[in-house]
Amino acid sequence: MATEVHNLQELRRSASLATKVFVQRDYSDGTICQFQTKFPPELDSRIERQLFEETVKTLNSFYAEAEKIGGSSYLEGCLACATAYFIFLCMETHYEKVLKKISRYIQEQNEKIFAPRGLLLTDPVERGMRVIEISIYEDRCSSGSSSSGSSGSGSSSGGGGGAGAR
Amino acid sequence: MPPGGGGPMKDCEYSQISTHSSSPMESPHKKKKIAARRKWEVFPGRNKFFCNGRIMMARQTGVFYLTLVLILVTSGLFFAFDCPYLAVKITPAIPVVGGILFFFVMGTLLRTSFSDPGVLPRATPDEAADLERQIDIANGTSSGGYRPPPRTKEVIINGQTVKLKYCFTCKIFRPPRASHCSLCDNCVERFDHHCPWVGNCVGKRNYRFFYMFILSLSFLTVFIFAFVITHVILRSQQTGFLNALKDSPASVLEAVVCFFSVWSIVGLSGFHTYLISSNQTTNEDIKGSWSNKRGKENYNPYSYGNIFTNCCVALCGPISPSLIDRRGYVQPDTPQPAAPSNGMAAYGATQSQSDMKKLSNKLLHRLKFKISASHEVSLLAVLRLAHISRDGFAKCDQDQCIQSTKFVLQAAATPLLQSEPSLTSDELHLPGKPGLGTPCASLTLGQPTPPSSMPNLTTEAGLTDILPLKEEHVGHQFLTPEEAPSPPRLLAGSPLAHSRTMHVLGLASQDSLHEDSVRGLVKLSSV
Repeated sequence: MATEVHNLQELRRSASLATKVFVQRDYSDGTICQFQTKFPPELDSRIERQLFEETVKTLNSFYAEAEKIGGSSYLEGCLACATAYFIFLCMETHYEKVLKKISRYIQEQNEKIFAPRGLLLTDPVERGMRVIEISIYEDRCSSGSSSSGSSGSGSSSGGGGGAGAR
Repeated sequence: MPPGGGGPMKDCEYSQISTHSSSPMESPHKKKKIAARRKWEVFPGRNKFFCNGRIMMARQTGVFYLTLVLILVTSGLFFAFDCPYLAVKITPAIPVVGGILFFFVMGTLLRTSFSDPGVLPRATPDEAADLERQIDIANGTSSGGYRPPPRTKEVIINGQTVKLKYCFTCKIFRPPRASHCSLCDNCVERFDHHCPWVGNCVGKRNYRFFYMFILSLSFLTVFIFAFVITHVILRSQQTGFLNALKDSPASVLEAVVCFFSVWSIVGLSGFHTYLISSNQTTNEDIKGSWSNKRGKENYNPYSYGNIFTNCCVALCGPISPSLIDRRGYVQPDTPQPAAPSNGMAAYGATQSQSDMKKLSNKLLHRLKFKISASHEVSLLAVLRLAHISRDGFAKCDQDQCIQSTKFVLQAAATPLLQSEPSLTSDELHLPGKPGLGTPCASLTLGQPTPPSSMPNLTTEAGLTDILPLKEEHVGHQFLTPEEAPSPPRLLAGSPLAHSRTMHVLGLASQDSLHEDSVRGLVKLSSV
């Protein structure tokens, strides 16, 4: 599997962007940052439902941790107020720390799970926390690029006739 | 007169385009330059940015300066005239406490005014298209020529049905409690209100600073008022009332200002204390979204139940970081919120389209004062092409088409009158926004050398290369007549360079302008 793993640069060079899928925010718990775990139909042939849902659920838990209201966040708020918010010149807020964790997680997920399937997750923070943008790539070159989960070059433009590559 | 907000930002973009070659080969070179720009320079909302994107305010800041002046003058007079007497007569703790209050007020005011209230960035074109598709599927219609009814999504939060509205400007479904500020032209999270006194919107990220500002200001006002009265009373016990007033006339002024402010500010603090304890925004309270009058079942789904938790969350909760990344660099392949395609054209003009409309209006106006027949011909032709191009956008490479149209419009719009051109080199990004004339804005524009005599050589050399470009700068200034003379004059080269280029330009200007317009027209017609 390692030899067939697309690294992200390779993916961008060799593949062409087919379409983008957007996972919207889920506001049923209020204004906290949460994304819908509903599985988009366009990804049906690309990735296992369970893997995808797990990724989204982990992201949701990260965001919940960032926005958690409790003792430590109150302490941070009071300390910041007492120092007239100058303390943020030296250290970063808890939220920012968690956001860094999230971007590392997303990169890891991209490398391990999504890129081999011709998908790419965009960090929601780059889209204003509105959506999780999933770019679906199609391989232009057919040599050595097929991996188990993707439909490979079979679904290149011109209608789904070649889907039988599986 | 401070320069305007988003308008001159867009106008400043034009100065990057050189009339030297109108070929498409210019665009990759141009894109490299655009890639070096910061995101605040291309921000679509109506905001002003200072200190290279660190400070963000609304467009109209006049009332903010009034607030500053009132606070500074009143406090200054208090410390200068009343405090010496009171410190001696009563206790020196009075100026100390006053000083602490004053610094707290100024700190929170500046923090409220300069920070990002929680602006939601606009949707990228892909997102917008995806949403459109989903809405069309939901409505069961294809994209029609007429404007469909306002789009809403319903969501159940904590047992209450909340309607999410679609924002036509930002092309997103607004999160709950977000609202679009028409003054700043942005969607703001947990939008409270737009406060002209602080010159900014009050939203999720700066509400606590706003609250602490009005709270501390009410303490300060009451403090100053009380001690000014004390001062006058103590003095009049010694010398009589009228003499006391004559001895310290400043006290009268302070008392008057404080008397009139106390009612409104203390009232506002009380109101916001109520809002915080019930976890509502001013917007919701005014609309009565969660009031019992709407129905017995109506309650606030965001409230945590008890006053203490609500207060703690509002004042000490986590601060989310700014979503608009003002100081980041624009990537060439980053999706920018683009002009709408034909199908969405009905749903509101974008910045670039409204800019072009403004430009063509100005051209029409200028036609009345035509300088020569050839100038008139070019203007007319350009106008016609501009209208045609607007419809043709969807058919061609949008960005290039927009750029060519802009440059042609601009070249034709350049006046032939000798207004002072602004001398800049190619590297300078004009959209520095030193509305306050602060040095930091001009120096942080990426100009490596300070405005000393050395850069004159480079600007001279640069100027000979970009002679026709100067017309754009002239045009740029002319296009926004309501602004103050452009700040880059601070960095201007020597008068020698200035006169030399003017001389070269002078006689040939009419012909070169005409030439440029024709070149532009040819290019546009081939698109």
